[in-house]
Amino acid sequence: MSNIPKDLRYTADHEYARKTETPGVVQIGITDYAQGELGDVVYVDLPKKGAAFEQRGVFGTIEAVKAVSELYAPLAGEVVEVNGALEKDPALVNRDPYGGGWMIKLRVKDAGEIERLLSADAYAKHIGS
Amino acid sequence: MPSDLFRDRHIGPSESDQRAMLGALGGGYDSLDAFIDAVVPADIRLRRPLGLPPARPEAEALAELRALADQNQVFRSYLGMGYHDCITPGVILRNVLENPGWYTAYTPYQSEIAQGRLEALLTFQTVVADLTGLEIANASLLDEATAAAEAMHLTQGAATGRPTPVYLVDEGCHPQTIAVVRTRAEAQGVEIVVGDPDGFTFTGNIIGALVQYPATDGRVRDFHLLCERAHAAGALVAAATDLLALAVLTPPGEWGADIAVGNSQRFGVPLGYGGPHAAFFATREQYKRLLPGRIIGVSRDKAGRMGLRMALGTREQHIRREKATSNICTAQVLLAVVAAMYAVYHGPDGIRRIAERVHGQTRRLAASLKALKYRLAHDVYFDTLAVETDAATATKIHEAARAKRINLRALSATRIGIALDETVHDGDLADLVAAFALDKPATVAASAPAVIPAAHARTTPYLTHPVFGRHHSETEMLRYLKRLEDRDLSLTSAMIPLGSCTMKLNATTEMIPVTWPEFGRLHPFAPVDQARGYAELFRQLEAWLAEITGFARVSLQPNAGSQGEFAGLLVIRAYNRARGQAHRTTCLIPQSAHGTNPASAVMAGMHVVVVKTDAQGDIDVADLKAKAQQHKDTLGALMVTYPSTHGVFEASIKEVCRIVHEHGGQVYMDGANMNAQVGLCRPGDIGADVCHLNLHKTFCIPHGGGGPGMGPIGVAAHLTPHLPSHPLVDLGVPAAHSFGAVSAAPWGSPSILPISWAYIAMMGHDGLALASKVAILSANYIAKRLAGQYDLLYAGRGGFIAHECILDTRPFKASAGVDVEDIAKRLIDYGFHPPTVSFPVAGTLMVEPTESEPKEELDRFCDALIAIREEIREIETGEADRENNLLTNAPHPLADLLADAWDRPYSRERAGFPTAATREHKIWPPVGRIDGAYGDRNLVCTCPPVEAYAEV
Repeated sequence: MSNIPKDLRYTADHEYARKTETPGVVQIGITDYAQGELGDVVYVDLPKKGAAFEQRGVFGTIEAVKAVSELYAPLAGEVVEVNGALEKDPALVNRDPYGGGWMIKLRVKDAGEIERLLSADAYAKHIGS
Repeated sequence: MPSDLFRDRHIGPSESDQRAMLGALGGGYDSLDAFIDAVVPADIRLRRPLGLPPARPEAEALAELRALADQNQVFRSYLGMGYHDCITPGVILRNVLENPGWYTAYTPYQSEIAQGRLEALLTFQTVVADLTGLEIANASLLDEATAAAEAMHLTQGAATGRPTPVYLVDEGCHPQTIAVVRTRAEAQGVEIVVGDPDGFTFTGNIIGALVQYPATDGRVRDFHLLCERAHAAGALVAAATDLLALAVLTPPGEWGADIAVGNSQRFGVPLGYGGPHAAFFATREQYKRLLPGRIIGVSRDKAGRMGLRMALGTREQHIRREKATSNICTAQVLLAVVAAMYAVYHGPDGIRRIAERVHGQTRRLAASLKALKYRLAHDVYFDTLAVETDAATATKIHEAARAKRINLRALSATRIGIALDETVHDGDLADLVAAFALDKPATVAASAPAVIPAAHARTTPYLTHPVFGRHHSETEMLRYLKRLEDRDLSLTSAMIPLGSCTMKLNATTEMIPVTWPEFGRLHPFAPVDQARGYAELFRQLEAWLAEITGFARVSLQPNAGSQGEFAGLLVIRAYNRARGQAHRTTCLIPQSAHGTNPASAVMAGMHVVVVKTDAQGDIDVADLKAKAQQHKDTLGALMVTYPSTHGVFEASIKEVCRIVHEHGGQVYMDGANMNAQVGLCRPGDIGADVCHLNLHKTFCIPHGGGGPGMGPIGVAAHLTPHLPSHPLVDLGVPAAHSFGAVSAAPWGSPSILPISWAYIAMMGHDGLALASKVAILSANYIAKRLAGQYDLLYAGRGGFIAHECILDTRPFKASAGVDVEDIAKRLIDYGFHPPTVSFPVAGTLMVEPTESEPKEELDRFCDALIAIREEIREIETGEADRENNLLTNAPHPLADLLADAWDRPYSRERAGFPTAATREHKIWPPVGRIDGAYGDRNLVCTCPPVEAYAEV
């Protein structure tokens, strides 16, 4: 069974959003379930700092050995930080999707938008676990 | 009636076997025909025999091919343009090129039983990277011209954000390269500007440039300032180049090129009137994710031993579909192996000696011609001269050369090109000088001064890896080749039941003519009157393929299935433009399609709309109707595979074609599954407008371990004016209507066409139909034997499948923690090549036995799968460990089984000799399961230091 932390918000595309200590800044990554489905992650293509995305805009791609998937921004916003560690060690996404495997931090356009994403329970239902 | 029929040699199951197999199916079919009537929908059946000549015995077919070959004339062709006569070392000719152990293998998807050719391909990449001076190379591409088009495509990918891209092309590029780049650019909306590189400026929307080094007329130029200008503007420079020249010239990577492409043919691969040869593609590390084609990379197996496998698969069409870097699949592996082994056999010193000898002869020829008062168009060259004269003299020289059975290139009415090669000896030089002397006495200069200035001379070493230093005696080379061959599973040891790949017999008689000099040694641009035998062979083969497919005309130009798709869609595009419907660019593609389909559609400037498949795996006709209606104003084409990629004769296929036509679209049929159609039904009758044929599937060209292939297209009458043309050879298609050229050579890869010719000639119409019927029978027999053990995912009419079946192995994930990969790797322990894994449905196996496998082999294969099902059951019941078992640890190399320590919960014997048959013979994998992720995270794609080969 995959890990779905209660304090995060989720999308149907398997990204999570976590509020950070900085108001209006949200950390984005993919869920434990998603990394399990993908298998061994070998490459994560992430945007540069300053890039801006609409909600559900494609902010990058993630590659496993035999699968590739686009990454969708759960919220509209501007990239304020990118997890550079993934360049050297993409397997962080497999080992620690909610920690060291995070991908980008977004300064969101609408701070309230995150509340309209899926709750942990709703996401668990979505993936049928 | 001959005493020996080829069809009885080609078709595996004997008549009595066929009856037994029919009996096993149940349903009371008293004949093969009655069974076929139940499988193939009645409304598409061909109700007459194909209009083909009767079957010829093998000896007669061979004699007829001999007669055709004798109509070809092997002149000494000094025409250059990326093609040079060469010497295939005998040890490589016999032990690789003419050896079924190499040519009957499949693409190295199952790396554990492909380490031999993976090593050869890694060596190829090392040769290319070393000689071009770039960091990373692939293995390999179809020809130099398409490689140049791929270079433009990589440039597009690297230089995003320029809405109206412009690409500069050196006028010194080979004419066929310029033509093929233009074809690709036109479909992609890239503007091509051809000109003198000195005048190239990199402003505005210019994304990059392609230069030829040395140029088509032989000139060697310094492009480093061009590269600086390009890079300052964020543009890329690609060099089309020549590996042998780079043994003595500064390599492109050192003067600033970002990409190098070219043909590796002159490294020991026969000319073949245009192919097959392996093209190469090298670039800088930073563009590795944009590289087209297969890349071989170094990884490790479970025990930490070095193991090779194909790397960065996510770039490719089979995963990324319409977003792939290219539609290219494996290409020309056999020929890349030959080129790599040529470099291994000669080593760095030998390669340099060959290059210096060719260059020295060229200098002597230049000095001799200067002594005759001829002017050379340029002073810095490698092996190609451009000689200036007046038109009248030029005509006389060409005639004099022709009289000596020499072909020279007419660069213009007053300029003659001469490109030398490693076969040239002093007598040839004397003949050349005499041709230019006309009636005057002349001699060949004994020596000549250096012409390559220090700035152009290569100073850096190449081929420094030990593999290039070890195998220079023929004994060592022979053993090295054998050692590599023995690591791989080919059709010489077991069936390769890959679904969608049609791994049938490649009969020896079909293969024999390929390396006859009269087929092998012709230059693609030799005058057509020297290739009358080829012309007749093309004419007959085109007519036969047209009859088999039900089309008006066939083009042999596309030299791979992917190229056939691209060409077929460009024919449709040209047709739509000609009738004022250029906006018809929507391409409907069923969900179940092979990834190459959407990748080709995007290359052809179309946008893809996916059509759903229903629960039975058929095209969802309601969804097709809705999508066709929704896109009726822009509908260009539907791409459909028949029988479907799910291995089923869809009953609705005629309706599907009708719906597309009613909404203004054309039907493109992917001929990948043609082996179930030949003689039973025809794409043209079903309603397709275009279809490509994989001659390397249905028509017996061997897979070569991942190429060569051939992808000719057949088209309906209304599309014939738009077929491929060629800038140098008249193919009888008006240039104004043709979409242009898709391959470097006019007829793709001609030297392998005698294979398909021989197959059709020796089978005859009834033999071909019988082959299709037995292919269908064998697939259904396997499905029947495995029923109850594995779930058959899809079936068509009467519960039958076509010529392949999909086994659903997904339930074992939950029941035993076993996935499809585990089953595939365990089959290796049983001595088999696994079926196709996870295509067209993830987590499943697709099995295609073909008509060539005898019933005994089919049974052996079914027994293996049934035994594996038993092994899964042991895990399910708890008898075997869920993590540590025969499947998860498969395959088992000897090194694991013979180690002193053995701590597995099952016996060595069960692991290594699971059946009696495996005791008698099996291919042992030299490595255990290879870790794909490790290699992709740590990409190494040239030969690693020797220490890496040591076991960990």
